[in-house]
This record gives sequence, structure tokens and C-alpha cells, in this order.
Amino acid sequence: MTRYFTEDHEWIEVEGDLGTVGITDYAQGQLGDITFVDLPEVGASVAKGDSVSVVDSVKAASDIYTPASGTITEVNQVLADEPELVNTEAEVGGWLYRMTLSDAAELGSLMDEAAYKTYVESL
Amino acid sequence: MRYLPLTPADRAEMLGVIGAASVDDLFVDVPEEARLSGPIEGLPMHASEMAVERHMTALAAKNLSAGSAPFFLGAGAYRHHVPASVDHLIQRGEFLTAYTPYQPEIAQGTLQVLFEFQTQVARLLGTDIANASMYDGSTACWEAILMAARVTRKGRAVLSGGLHPHYGEVVRTMAKFTGDEIVSLGTDLTAEPDDAAVIGAIDDKTSCVVVQYPDVLGRIPDLAAIAEAIHAKGGLLVAVVTEPVALGLIEAPGALGADIVVGEGQSLGVGLQFGGPYLGLLGCREKFVRQMPGRLCGETVDAEGKRGFVLTLSTREQHIRREKATSNICTNSGLCALAFSIHLTLLGGEGLAQLAAVNHAKAQALVERLTRIPGVELLNHAYFNEATLILPRDAREVVRELAERGVLGGVSLSRLFPVADGLDKALLVAATETVTDEDIETFATELEALLVGVPA
Amino acid sequence: MSTVNAAGWKPTMGDVGGDAGGEAGAEGGAPLKTASGDYGLMLEEALIFELGAKDKCGVDFDEADRAPAAGLSKFLRKSVPDLPGLTEPEAVRHYTRLSRQNYAIDLGPFPLGSCTMKHNPRLNESMARLPGFADVHPMQPQTTVQGALEVIEQLANWLITLTGMASVAMSPKAGAHGELCGLLCIRAALDARGETRDVVLVPESAHGTNPATAAFAGFKVQSIPATPDGRVDVAALKEKLGPNVAGVMITNPNTCGLFESELKTIADAVHAAGGYVYCDGANFNAIVGKVRPGDLGVDAMHINLHKTFSTPHGGGGPGAGPVVLSQALAPFAPLPFVTRGADGMIHLVEEENRGEGHSQAFGRMVAFHGQMGMFTRALTYILSHGADGLRQVAEDAVLNANYVLRACEDVLPAPFAQSGPCMHEALFSDAGLADGISTLDIAKGLIDEGFHPMTVYFPLVVKGAMLVEPTETESKAGLDRFIGSLRSLAERAKAGDQSLHSAPHFAPRRRLDETQAARKPVLVWQG
Repeated sequence: MTRYFTEDHEWIEVEGDLGTVGITDYAQGQLGDITFVDLPEVGASVAKGDSVSVVDSVKAASDIYTPASGTITEVNQVLADEPELVNTEAEVGGWLYRMTLSDAAELGSLMDEAAYKTYVESL
Repeated sequence: MRYLPLTPADRAEMLGVIGAASVDDLFVDVPEEARLSGPIEGLPMHASEMAVERHMTALAAKNLSAGSAPFFLGAGAYRHHVPASVDHLIQRGEFLTAYTPYQPEIAQGTLQVLFEFQTQVARLLGTDIANASMYDGSTACWEAILMAARVTRKGRAVLSGGLHPHYGEVVRTMAKFTGDEIVSLGTDLTAEPDDAAVIGAIDDKTSCVVVQYPDVLGRIPDLAAIAEAIHAKGGLLVAVVTEPVALGLIEAPGALGADIVVGEGQSLGVGLQFGGPYLGLLGCREKFVRQMPGRLCGETVDAEGKRGFVLTLSTREQHIRREKATSNICTNSGLCALAFSIHLTLLGGEGLAQLAAVNHAKAQALVERLTRIPGVELLNHAYFNEATLILPRDAREVVRELAERGVLGGVSLSRLFPVADGLDKALLVAATETVTDEDIETFATELEALLVGVPA
Repeated sequence: MSTVNAAGWKPTMGDVGGDAGGEAGAEGGAPLKTASGDYGLMLEEALIFELGAKDKCGVDFDEADRAPAAGLSKFLRKSVPDLPGLTEPEAVRHYTRLSRQNYAIDLGPFPLGSCTMKHNPRLNESMARLPGFADVHPMQPQTTVQGALEVIEQLANWLITLTGMASVAMSPKAGAHGELCGLLCIRAALDARGETRDVVLVPESAHGTNPATAAFAGFKVQSIPATPDGRVDVAALKEKLGPNVAGVMITNPNTCGLFESELKTIADAVHAAGGYVYCDGANFNAIVGKVRPGDLGVDAMHINLHKTFSTPHGGGGPGAGPVVLSQALAPFAPLPFVTRGADGMIHLVEEENRGEGHSQAFGRMVAFHGQMGMFTRALTYILSHGADGLRQVAEDAVLNANYVLRACEDVLPAPFAQSGPCMHEALFSDAGLADGISTLDIAKGLIDEGFHPMTVYFPLVVKGAMLVEPTETESKAGLDRFIGSLRSLAERAKAGDQSLHSAPHFAPRRRLDETQAARKPVLVWQG
């Protein structure tokens, strides 16, 4: 199991050809209280960098760009009633969706945890 | 100048604080060649309140006001009696001169009114929820079509031929630019509305059907049957109500299966005003809330736990989503919504039902009297306070000649549908609680005089 | 029904940092509490759903003299609508009590930048209520509404002359609707040229309606950066021009309160590249009578009648957004509009007679003819001021804003104070305040001082922006009081006065929980 990060503050945890995607704890802190998560449709096929989901706070709506290409297999239904989970457990129970990856090579351009930490500190 | 508080001495002192020699120094960023050296020539100078009043009163006197003649026009704008307290209350400075309630701590008056308005509209239309109003019925209609497209992810809307032609024209204009497919059914002079044609036009790609209730000819479509047909194909029923008073007597569209209900709210609280400002109503199922256009007011609590209201779900709106907003609308029709809400509060449910019953009774009296004139026939099988009559001659000419005789006798269908054929002899007449028996008799007498000798 | 006042608001004078619990007693004992939950003139008000009943009514009717027609029977409602009613005295009291929980321009300065909250003359209201205007149906025979059509014609002439443009489309219902009208004219003009340009350039400081409208009209939006002095980066804009650019949308004066001095240069470049110039006229009140947008190369500009020409904002509308158009765009203006015939009669050009020289009209944007009630008010205002008075309006608006700017720039950072005079609004930021104290706290502090806050966090290009637009209808004495409060708040904020975090303390409500409102929306009364 390996976790990768993007410069737009998404994370993806990869196991085989399956990925779980969320936003980072840093990102949720920047957004403030999350009020709603617009989740993608299961079965949708997406390309890396597509805006597939929107996370709303009171005064902002933030597009979530998928870190990898593939097909959405599952969305986190709990968020429909408890969007605050993205605040409290951004990198655990506040995951957004799962997907099958169509091109594992894409992951090479993402950051690992240490690199992301350095990146955030530079902001 | 009576609206400008600064005195010459104030101006001089303020320029001193600013460090400018003259007010022109404050306009240095305007290119010199574009700066005007004095008042624009050819325009009048300032005028006293008396002088302006004289000018405006003279213009107003050139119009024949509805209250000064027997009056029978409808077609999407209705003359109802608005209780005097409505206009008094909306002129309270705290309502009239407040801004959009972006600072909720000092705008609870406006916000509570909007919350009450949303609830009243939802109950009236029979929907789960409603927004805080839109520009008018026609723009609300277009917004409903866009909303249906977002909900269903389809882009083909079917417009009933009973839809107000201006609404249809607004929709077709906008759709030209957005690329949505609009199927407009024709308008025929039949006793029943075009429910069958609407149902027949539904296919798998249809996002919604748009059906006016009562329709522009005053006929009443069977919304339940249409709802069943469109739902079977995965689309939505958008019902359009241009005369909300009707909902005191006939079933609410939401209760009949309409998914989105839009309307023109002018009938309640807002005068005719030559066409505006009016207010658009929009209600829908709760599950579509994130796809709704326009402002929404929601209940919450303040830091001490007291109930209060705020504008909410603003992430749908232009000032946050920018090019991804659900709509570019910024302004709603706040003061008209207030007037609507006050009028509806003064009526209450029973009062609205009674008002509707009176309207329908007046319309029956009108239709009965006019159809006693040889050659005048009623088209509609059913109607509320407005119906279509077939005259033995060109209705538009008749309307003009009636006006010359001091009677405002309805709207000819050829004025409403200028490019359609076969509607020349059709006259749309409305009667509300404001119509007296004498008005009806005068109308009938003058109409009969105009039709004498015309073969039926 | 009985629990409403249990949640009522209570003033907490004297203990601004303290928690709820009412005012301290005269002897410093237990907080004073009233049995009603009201405190003197500070009154709570329940919802109509808690106060009313559906069989209560404030209107008297004749009984309907007959039963519904047989044809209607299958459509009849099964029950009376569930809508609460109130008698007239109850209704008047309900709405009057609610009104007292609102701040309004009638109560004090309302310095919302870019929103233009100026005095609303009451003559406008009384003229709009003349039966000849208020009680006229939009579909009456045109011979019976010549006065109404003349109001439209006269207002149109004023707008054309004041802006130096060729034509005006009167029907748009509000500013954003006017923007849409202008962009659709541009689309129609491009279509007529057989071109499919699909990009609109919008400065990053623009109001959110600009990109929203451009997208709504089917254009792709490209952002143009600003220069450090707060104006459009002309070089960057020129680089983006090309055969795919339909036009630019520029706000002038811009949202930083500055005049775009290079607008003519920009317009020439855009025209040379085959595009059109849309000007957002939200801030026209700063320049009316001083400069005509038509002289600066503008092709289309909406005018918010509720801003420049004082029609009331009404708690959020109705507005009105006529759009003035250049010669190039005039043929594409939407229906309807008014023209005067050879016989001296004014008539409406609508779908049926569009062939008479208006066959290129792009369509129709509204039912009927636009915001007539607003036209009457705006014309009344314009005639009151006249050409000389309107010029004075712009001068006093700009003078007042510069006065506020210079009177506060030593205590609050003013990011573009060195860019020259501001126009009708002064821009400040929260840079340099004590840690944790922000623009929001200053805004809420102003509420406690008895003022409406300025526009906050807009424009987006300035972090923690505070945009102050006093307008021309504030007196110097009124401005001095406002400046005194703003300076005091700035000093408290610098000193780290933590009580600002919980402001307002003296308003009908404390800060409201917007997160809860958005997470679990309650949009109708749940009872």
C-alpha cells in the first residue's frame, strides 16, 4: 500500500490497481468547515487532472482533481450526511472515492509523503 | 440640490484634507481628452420636486389606468385588489432601503421575511422547498429548464403550446446560446389543452416538459397524467403558474407530480406596473436543492443559541463559483417578495380559497354574459379566472375599438402570438375580484355594438 | 407558539466580552431578565406560522355568488392551502416589528463598496405609484399607454446621452441580466459576421457575475492579471488578443476603486483584433456627467438603475439593468423596445414588427417590457438632478471616498493609496492587524458602532479587502462619525482587542452559524 500526494492537495492510496482518493489534512484546514461534498458517479471514467468532485465550505467551493486516470468504483456515502468527516478525518474516514487505475505509470509524477510535507512547508 | 448634503465649505475643507486643489484633481486618471468640461449639452438642468412631479404626472395622465375603465386583461399579469397595508409596509425604510442581507446580524427582518416567503411559496406550489424569488416568471421558467438539465443530465425540453408565448420566446432565445434543444409545440384553438401532444413529444433524451397551469388560453392541463408520462422516461415535469391565485381553488402542481414549479408572483401584492418589476417563484423537490438557482435563506442559530436566519448554500452562486455557478443571477426580487408574502399573510389559506372562488365566479359571470352575444363562443372546457372567446371578427381590431369606447376588453391572441396563424378571432378575457357587474355589462354592451351585423 | 421568546435576543450592554445572560442588574446583582423576552424597544418576533392560522384573514370579500363550473370539478383542491393568515392589525405589527431588525440607508451610512447604497428619494416612490404608471397592464392597446412608453423613451434618451452611446436595450431585469444581454449582443454580432470566437477576457479583479455571465452565454473565460497599481495589465491583455477572442469585460471604474485610464487604448487594441468591449457599469455613479463611456471605445455597458440612479435596493431587488450599445452592437438588441413613428405615436417593436429595421434582434429576454416601475423612479431621479446635478453626484461621491481614504490610510493599510486618487470607493486591507484579528472582525465591530459594514473580502485580488463606498448622499459630519469609528476599530484591532472576535455584541443577533445552515439546510419552516 503506497500513498501519493498532488500539488493540489489530493492524496491517493494505491493497492494493486485500486486507489482511494481524498484531500489532505492541510487542505481541509485551509478550507475551513466543510459543508457539502459533491461526489462523482460510480462507473464514471476519468482522466488524471479532471475535476471529478467539489468540496464546499461556507464561502468556497473547491474542485477536486483526480490524481490518476481510471474508473470510479465507489464513493464515500457517509459524507452525504456527515461532510464534517472531511475535516475531522481527512486522510482516513473522510476519503472521497475509490477507483481502478488505468495507468499506474501516472503515479510516478506524484509526491510521496515526505516530499509533500516539504512542499506544504514551502507554502 | 436637495439630495446632496455637502456644502461648498465642506467640499473645500475636505479637499484640504485630501491634499487636492480642486475636485478635478480627483479625476486625473480620466484621460484629459475624454473629460467633460461641464454639464452635457442639450439636457435639462436640475428641477424642483414640484416641477418633476408636474412632468411625471403629465406623462401618467396620458395612460388609461386599469382602475379607470372596465378592465379584463390577464395573459400573465393580473389586476387584483392589494390591501392598503401591503404598500404601507413595503415602504418602511428598513425594508425599502436595505441591501441584500449579507450581514445577517442586522438583517434579520429581511431574512425572516424571506424564510417565511420560501415556506409560503413551497406550500402554495405544493413543493418541498422554494427559493427567495427570481426576476420574473419568464426568467424563472428558463432557469427551471436549465435546472432540469443539470438534474437529469439531458438537454431536450418540450414546451407545451399552452405556455405563455413570451416565456417560450425567452426560453428559445437563451437556448440558442446554450445549445439546449427546445421543442415548441404549436398553439391550437381547442377546448382541451395539448396534454396528448406534450406526452407524445417525450423521448428518452427529454430533460423536462414545460406545462403552464392554467395554460395561456385559460385551459387546465392534467398534470398528473403528464407527470406519469415524463417520469416513465426519466425526465421532469416543470409546471408554470402565471396566476398563483388559481391555486386557492385548483390543486397545487407539486401535489400532482410536478418536480419543479415556477411561477409569476405578481398577482399577490404587486401591481400591474406595465410589466415590471414582478417576481419569479421557483419551488422543487428537496433532493434538487444543490441544483437550484437563486438565493436561499436558511434557519440556523447565533452564537448564543438563538434562532436566526442567513443566506445559505451560496457556493451555488456566481460570486463564489464564478464561471461554474448554477446561474449568473445576482439580484432577486426582494421587495416584491415581501409584498407577495404580506398579501398572502393577510389572506391566509381560507382567504386565498375565498379569493379564488370569487375570481372564478366573476369569470363565469363574464363568460356567461359575453357568450349571450350572438356569434361569441367560449373555447375552453375548463377555466379559472381567464378564458378564450371566439369572436365573429378580428379580435385585435375589436380590442382597439373597445379601447376607443373606454373598455379594456382583454388581449387578442394575435397580439400574444403575432406569428401564429388561425388565432385572429380569439380573445383572451380575465375577470378578477376587482370586476363589478356593471363593468361586465358595459363590456358586453360595447362588444355587442361592435359585433352588430357581423355574420356569426 | 409559546416558546418563541424563550429563544429571544437580549442585549448585553456593558459586558462586551462576556457570555449571554442579560444585562447586569443596577446593583451589580443577577442579570436583568424580562418575562416577555423583549427589552423595551428591542422586540423579538415569531414566525407567521407560529402566530397565524389558516382561518384568519385580514381582507374582507364578497362571497362567491356561485359554485365552481362543472368543467373545473376534477381539478379542485381537496383541502384549503395550509397558509397561515393574520388580521390587518396583527400583520401590520408583525412586519413592522420585523422591519426593526434591519439596518437600512434610512438609518445611517451603508458604505458597501460596489453596491452603491445612496439615499432613495421619496418623490421617486410617489411618482411610481401614480395610477397612470402603477395600474397599467403591459398588454393594453398601445394607444392607451403612450405616457408609459414615453417614460421608456425619455429614460432611454437620457441613458444614451449620458453614456455617449448609440442605443439602449431597456428590458434586462438587473445588472447580471444586463451583462448577459450585452454578451448575447456580442455573440449575435459575431454570428452575423460568420465568426465563432469563443473566448472572453475578464480581469481577475472582476465581480463574480462577469465570468458567470460569460460562461452562461457560452464563452470560455480567460483571466487577465492586474498590475501592482491595481489596474488591468494592458500588455498581458494585448498578448491574449487573437482571432478566438470575442471581447473583454472590464469594470470601469474598477473594483479596486480606480479608473482604468488605459481603457481607450485597450478598446482600440480589442477592436483592431476584431473583438468587442463590454464595460461593467456597476460603478457608473462615479463618472456620470464627467466622462462618457462611449468616448472610451465601449461597445456595451449595463447600468444598474438601483445603483447610479437611486431606485431602492429593497432588501435584495428588484433591480433594473438597461444596456447601452455602440453602433456596432445596436442592431442586435433584444425585443421589445420603443420607437416613435412618423405619426408622433410611440410604439413597441416586438416579434410581429421586428422586420421594420430590427430583423437582427437576438430575441427576447423577459416577458413584457422590463422593469417599468424602476424606469419611472430612475427618470424622476434624473430629472431632479438634471445634467448639472448628476455631474455633482459623481464629484461628491468621489470626494467623499477620497476623504475617507486619506482620513484612514495612516491606521489601515490602503493597498492602492499610492496609485493616485480613488474614484467613488476606498479600498483597505487587514494587513498588519494583531494576529488573529481580521477584516470580518472590523466589519462586525462596525455593526456595534451603529454602521453597516463595508464590502468585505472583495475584490478577491486584495487579501482581507475592505471596500468603502460612502456615496454622495453622506454629509461631512456623517462621514466624520464613520471615520472616527473606523479609526477606533483599526486601533483596537492593532492592539489585539479580542472582544472584536465576538462582535457584534449589540445587534439583534450575535454571529450566526453559517456552517450549520449549509450542512443541514432548513429552507422552509419545519413546525
